[in-house]
Amino acid sequence: MNLEELNATAASERLAQAKKRHHIRVCVGTACQALNSEQLAKELQAELRRRGQNGDVEVKCVGCPGLCSLGPLVEIESQVNGQAAIAGTEGGQRKSILYQFVKPEDAGEIVAHLGGEPIKRLETPLDQPFFTRQTKIVLEHCGKIDPERIEDYIAVGGYQALMKVLTEMTPQQVIDAITRSGLRGRGGAGFPTGLKWGTVAKADPNAYPTSVPVGIQSRKFVICNGDEGDPGAFMDRSVMEGDPHRILEGMAIAAYAVGANHGFIYVRAEYPLAVKRLRTAIRQAQRAGLLGNNIGGTAFSFNVDIRLGAGAFVCGEETALMASIEGGRGVPRPRPPFPAECGLWGCPTLINNVETLANVPPIIMKGADWFASIGTEKSKGTKVFALTGQVAHTGLIEVPMGITLREIVFDIGGGIPGGRQFKAVQTGGPSGGCIPAQFLDMPVDYESLAKVGSIMGSGGMIVMDDSTDMVEVARFFMEFCMDESCGKCIPCRAGTVQMHRILTKIQEGKATRRDIQILEELCDLVKHTSLCGLGQSAPNPVISTLRYFRDEYEKKLAADETNGKTPQPSAQVANPSA
Amino acid sequence: MPRTLTINGQEISARSDQTILEAAQDANIRIPTLCHLDGLTDVGACRMCLVEVAGASKLLPACTTRVQEGMQVQTDTERLRAYRRQIIELLFAERNHICAVCVANGHCELQNAGIAVGMDHVRYDYLFPKLGVDLSHERFGMDHNRCILCTRCVRACDQLEGAHTIDVMGRGAHSLIVHDMNVPWGEATTCTSCGKCVMACPTGALFKQGSTVAEMVHDAEKLAFLKAARERKVWNV
Ligand SMILES: Cc1cc2nc3c(=O)[nH]c(=O)nc-3n(C[C@H](O)[C@H](O)[C@H](O)COP(=O)(O)O)c2cc1C
Ligand code: SF4
Ligand code: SF4
Ligand code: FES
Repeated sequence: MNLEELNATAASERLAQAKKRHHIRVCVGTACQALNSEQLAKELQAELRRRGQNGDVEVKCVGCPGLCSLGPLVEIESQVNGQAAIAGTEGGQRKSILYQFVKPEDAGEIVAHLGGEPIKRLETPLDQPFFTRQTKIVLEHCGKIDPERIEDYIAVGGYQALMKVLTEMTPQQVIDAITRSGLRGRGGAGFPTGLKWGTVAKADPNAYPTSVPVGIQSRKFVICNGDEGDPGAFMDRSVMEGDPHRILEGMAIAAYAVGANHGFIYVRAEYPLAVKRLRTAIRQAQRAGLLGNNIGGTAFSFNVDIRLGAGAFVCGEETALMASIEGGRGVPRPRPPFPAECGLWGCPTLINNVETLANVPPIIMKGADWFASIGTEKSKGTKVFALTGQVAHTGLIEVPMGITLREIVFDIGGGIPGGRQFKAVQTGGPSGGCIPAQFLDMPVDYESLAKVGSIMGSGGMIVMDDSTDMVEVARFFMEFCMDESCGKCIPCRAGTVQMHRILTKIQEGKATRRDIQILEELCDLVKHTSLCGLGQSAPNPVISTLRYFRDEYEKKLAADETNGKTPQPSAQVANPSA
Repeated sequence: MPRTLTINGQEISARSDQTILEAAQDANIRIPTLCHLDGLTDVGACRMCLVEVAGASKLLPACTTRVQEGMQVQTDTERLRAYRRQIIELLFAERNHICAVCVANGHCELQNAGIAVGMDHVRYDYLFPKLGVDLSHERFGMDHNRCILCTRCVRACDQLEGAHTIDVMGRGAHSLIVHDMNVPWGEATTCTSCGKCVMACPTGALFKQGSTVAEMVHDAEKLAFLKAARERKVWNV
């Protein structure tokens, strides 16, 4: 497909959609699918056929619109005064309603009410802060388009960015645009994306001995990291499930910029739906000539393969991930050399997170300056978070960098349920830390989070209320790191086991002050001597809870350690919303 | 191209393809190691050789970090000594290292390292997992309770013998050295019984059958000789 054909496909798809009077979008993300939403979509279609309305109304299975705690979600977008309603694009007057907790049995009632009054019983307001306070870039199509139809993606402007770079821009111009946008890696560390792309582009494929398997015609590689191993995180899954072509387009643009002709998407095997939709997307893109040889009639060729991760957290670490793709044990190796110089099979390799790559097409289309205008000085754009824990609305949110934690927890998240008080929010998963109430008004960006002892991480955000036992939180994450340590280096393999033992001892009321001292020494050792990021960050949950909630540790020491005195209750955390 | 650097304030020169460890060895500066063995590729796993390099934000493993012009390296600071002692204590606590009843007593790199770091007691709980002893091979034995998972045997078997009989199974504290697809060593069809893994082992985990307490002397230097001899095609010293 060249640019003209792409435009023609987009136009005809939009026209076809404009003819429909109503668009019913049923979320078939993993969470809603588990609640029978696919059946619901079928019932809706059957009901429409029965009423002879199927020419008029489109039922679309879409990715996650975010508010998973109210799922299954159904959005209905209708024409007003016979004007065209085009899914996911501007123009035409539209009216939307959102239904929550929809069951297959509700299909008949929903169809009967089309164009009339919304069903009060199911309706949930679309103007609630959960939706209005978000800024959607990465998730702009999730919940709007059918992830299994390339035409749907093309209709909302998909693959235009790829065509633009292939026909109008040099690789260096692409790298410059990404650099100017200020985009930083969303996989955890926040490394400047443009700088990484530039390093891979400049790297010499012959600098290290290479062993590329026969049949792969590429001496540089692009890898999309979709391993998403943080417990409770599902940002990348939603993008892969809800907008898979976006990732392919981002990868192809990256490949063009760095000079790669082959790419891999590494997805954890626990995401079967994401794998299925990515496979479908790759097949469709190949058939449309948007992947494969001579893309869009240009000299550029790019192929993508999927590799499944077998469920090891450490395989999200870039060097372990590459070892896994090569067919070896997923174990990290020391860096340098960095993947950008010596990566997959010894070739220069660009590895980026799903969300990082999903930001690329809009940066190309809307410009680096547009992207750089969102966020803070050093953290640009938006960040997707998986908001979970003791908060009213759990789900997937996308917010501009620099938003405060208070806005996320109390406005978007709807505050703490059950009349309880806010205690802390954990960001960055097992590599992150707990942030107490005194920092609720801190802006969420890479530097601020690091300053208070946490990290941005990949986007897990767990809200905890005043009933939470912080030592247990630390113990939970330590257990996770202990189980997930690959065992290669001694500080992480043996150190996490000993730290977990001490935390357990504290929980059992058997620990002494000396144990806490040993725990702190171990935190220092494991953080500074471990080989990879897993070990280097494993002590973070302990360090941050010791920093802000030390009294909770001391209260639990063995009785003789507190000199027989009744332990002091922990300081009351002021109600942050008051 | 030669590089000039300082190690502990002493100015030395090294080839650009040398690691900090190699440069230090040439200058007779001792850096503690466990997973390193001359003649095998380095994996940077044991973290004993970590050094401080001026300007680097992290500690760097001397065995895998190449020298750079003007590098200022410290190998024996108080901080590094404290870390090394902790690492050795973690190893002693992790499995079973009762030296008095070990075949390698007196010839063990772990024991020597314990002495070198001044370990007079272990501050961590001894875990003593009950791991097996594999005596199925007719000439050699493996006691998993003494294994520190340095993977020297894995690399010796793969890189010097070319058999790749040995590898690691499981992860974290459950990691275990296995032969072929986790069969008893005596049934591993790829094993050539060359004994290179036994030579490579720093502890009493791999031993010649029939060795009793303190009898198992590893001759790891032979492996380095073998590698060098093959590369330079010189077989007499
Ligand atoms: C233990 C560990 C697990 C990781 N897991 C992931 C992951 O699941 N997804 C991811 O994108 N990055 C993960 N990373 C970060 C990657 O190593 C790498 O930095 C990232 O994919 C780079 O992409 P970015 O520059 O776009 O952020 C992990 C790192 C560590 C140390
Ligand atoms: S830090 Fe942990 S996960 Fe990383 S290499 Fe060491 S043992 Fe493996
Ligand atoms: S058996 Fe010996 S050489 Fe092999 S990993 Fe264990 S300690 Fe190292
Ligand atoms: S000798 Fe360098 S890490 Fe083991």
